[in-house]
Parts: sequence; structure tokens; C-alpha cells
Amino acid sequence: MTHKFLVHAKEDDVGVAVENIRAGEVAEGVCLEDESTVTVKASQDIPLGHKIALTSLAEGAAVKEYGELIGKAVATIKPGEHVHVHNLKSARW
Amino acid sequence: MERTIYAYRRENGKYGIRNHVVILPLDDLSNAAAEGVAKLIQGTLALPHPYGRLQFGADLELFFRTLIGTGSNPNVAAVVVIGIEPNWTNRVVEGIAATKKPVEGFAIEGHGDLKTIERASRAAKEFVHWASELKREPVRLFDPTFSTKCGESDTTSGLASNPAIGVVTDRLVQMGGTMLFGETSEVTGGEHVLARRVATPELREKFLKVHRDYVKFIEDQGVDLFGSQPTQGNIAGGLTTIEEKAMGNIQKAGTSPVVGVLEPAEAPAGPGLHFMDTSSAAAECVTLFGAAGSVLHLFTTGQGNIIGHPIVPVIKISANPKTVATMSEHIDVDISGVLRREMTLSQAGDRIMGMMVRTANGRLTAAEVLGHREFVLTKLYRSA
Repeated sequence: MTHKFLVHAKEDDVGVAVENIRAGEVAEGVCLEDESTVTVKASQDIPLGHKIALTSLAEGAAVKEYGELIGKAVATIKPGEHVHVHNLKSARW
Repeated sequence: MERTIYAYRRENGKYGIRNHVVILPLDDLSNAAAEGVAKLIQGTLALPHPYGRLQFGADLELFFRTLIGTGSNPNVAAVVVIGIEPNWTNRVVEGIAATKKPVEGFAIEGHGDLKTIERASRAAKEFVHWASELKREPVRLFDPTFSTKCGESDTTSGLASNPAIGVVTDRLVQMGGTMLFGETSEVTGGEHVLARRVATPELREKFLKVHRDYVKFIEDQGVDLFGSQPTQGNIAGGLTTIEEKAMGNIQKAGTSPVVGVLEPAEAPAGPGLHFMDTSSAAAECVTLFGAAGSVLHLFTTGQGNIIGHPIVPVIKISANPKTVATMSEHIDVDISGVLRREMTLSQAGDRIMGMMVRTANGRLTAAEVLGHREFVLTKLYRSA
């Protein structure tokens, strides 16, 4: 397989690694909504199952996955960065 | 695909895929006698639990609904109930007897454990002889009631195993089958998506009220669920927020309309997809589904939840390539090929349904073979 991550929906800000992605690697992803491909250079290690940023997100910005709001950025996030509990928080609790 | 299974037709017309003779303690005090009978009489199964004393109100109602529902489950051929005193014991016996299946109750007060074990064992022995001669008959795969829930989820659950269950849910519902799902805390962030699928405005309001009441219950404790929901296992697996977990979770419900919003342990009134107000803790949730009549549970896991249930076979499905390798003894269906895009969701659905047919016909699940018999009653508040 050539893809390293999958993206649920076209408007998503994040992809999900389906293999470990290493810092510096140019990773290819597939969007499940329309089969389109997207590439992004990982700036950090992204473990299997973890999220990689596809867009630039300002602190406080809404973050989308599944085409739905999954929380807000609590730090500035650049494409290729690891998105997890250190920079993304629930808007519910 | 094979769509016929061989099941036990119970006296009330419901279909079961196991044929247990259950020794059901009414209360914590009666566990010892129930386990004593199960040790003496081969082919019986005791269901010990820690409750049944000084409960009241809605919590007591749920307790009776859960015990009576479990005894009434079509996977159970016959039941011996043992309680400390005769009144509540008889209430459970009469509840189960409404299904017309054989059931007898024994109270310990005035007799002691040893005489009770002897009397109950004689009844249990006759039940086992009788149940062991019951025959399976061919029925349609969708005739029994099924349930689904995920556990120790990660992002592979939302990408692959939960949408594969969604495929199965839609197929079963289209055939005329019945599927239960729940996990009230875990629809938070996806409740608006699910609400759009609820069949009528009245039911939609009922569903949203169940969720609102739950959120209020959490707020009334003066806390939030950060650190509990998502769980530490979820977070290790890459899930970050409750909204993300919820969006993955609700994929299991497919695209079918939600035609029922059920109280915990409430049996569905008819076929279709039903939401039940349940905890998201695996054993509590599966126990409530079993009490509502589910005879086979589809359980997806990312990081490797290993739950089973004493009378409801739990099929474990995972799409996480690490988990299917490191915890292979717990996984019945490996659909990690979906992440590699070597397997479509439709093919994953075929694989899951193939395992449903085999399990219904008698194949023991990983959880059954490994002895997982988690029977956990949901308690709404402390006893008097």
C-alpha cells in the first residue's frame, strides 16, 4: 500500500495514520469521501492511529474530522504536525 | 452468503443460539448457594452479582428488569432462582415464568445454604436433562435480536470496524431484523447527527432528552468526564476528544432510521434499529442488551477490549493491525485489511456476517473459550 493515512471527509483538517509516519517523511493519504489523494510532509512522528494536520489552524480554531466539529485547537497547528491531546481539546468538557 | 442459522425456538416464539440452564441468585447473599449448585450439577451456569439488597425506586425497577430479562433471554432454556427470602425471589420467578420457560425459585431463610443447594440441585438436574434434548431448528439469520457496542476504541474503530458494523446493521434492518445500540455518554458530539436519523419528532425529543438528562447528571456531580471519556486506552490509540470518539462510535448504527429509544434493559417492541440508554462501560452495556433479549453481540475494539458475557456470545472484531497481532486470541474477526484498502467495508460486513452465522450455529467465540463471563448490573444510585 502506498497510503500512510486516511481522511474521512473532504473538508477535514486532519488525517488518521494507518501506519507509523516518521518526521520528515512525505506521506500520501486517501480521502474516503471521494478517493482523492493528498500529500503532506510530516514534521513530527505520527504513530499508527494518531492524527496528522492537513491545514493550518490558529489557536482557538474549530477542528473538523468526519466533516464534523471534533474540538478546538489550543495551540497553533501547522500542516504535518501531530494533532492530539496537547493541541486539541473537546468543546464539550 | 448463508442466511440460515440453526436456533432454539423458545416457548414464547423467540429464538436463542445457546441453551443455558442458569442458576440465578437474587442477591449477593445467595451467590454462594447458586455457585454451589453450579458446581454440583454439570451443564448449569451460575450468574453471581453483588446487588439485590435494599435497592429502591428506579434503581430497584432496573434491578428486577435486568434479572428477569436475563432469565427470560432466549439463550436460556431454564432457570433456577435462589434468593435469601421468598418474596423478591418469587417476583423474579414470576417475571421469567411469563415466557413459559421452566423456572423454579428457592429461598434460603428457614433452610440454610446446604438444604437449599440440595433442593435447588434436584430441580437444576431435571432442567439439564430436559434442556439437553432440545433440538435446534433452521431459522433466518435476522430472526433473533442482536446488539452492538465498541470498546477500547481508537481511530481504527471509526475508520473501519464501526462502519463495517454499520453495513451489517443496515443489511439486518433491511431484512427485517432487530439491532440494539446505546452508550449514552459516547454519542456526545454526534448526538445531532444521530438525532436526524430518529424516525419521528416524538422519538427524536425522547432521544435528545435521554442525552440531556445524562449530561445534567454529570454536571450535577460537579465534575466533567475529561480523563474518563475518552478513556486512557482511547487516547493511547489516537482518539483525542469525546466528539471524535462519538463520530466513530455512531458509525455502528449505519444509515438506518432509529425506530426505538429504550430504557436500560427494556426489550424492543418490534424489529429495526433501537437506541438504548446505557453506560458505555462494556460489561454493563452488554448485560443490559442481554436483559433486553439480545442473543448475540457484535463488539468492535481498537486497542483490545476483551469482554465477554455469560449467556450472550460476544464476537470481537478489530481493524487495528497491531491488536489483531498482539491479542489474536481475543479477536474473532480481523478486518485490518480495510485500513490497507485491501478489503472494502462491504467485504468486511460479509466477513462479520459469516462469523455471526457460525457463532449462531454453535461456534464458541474467543470470549466464550477464554472464560469471559462478565455479568455486571447497572446501579443508578446507592442503596438504602
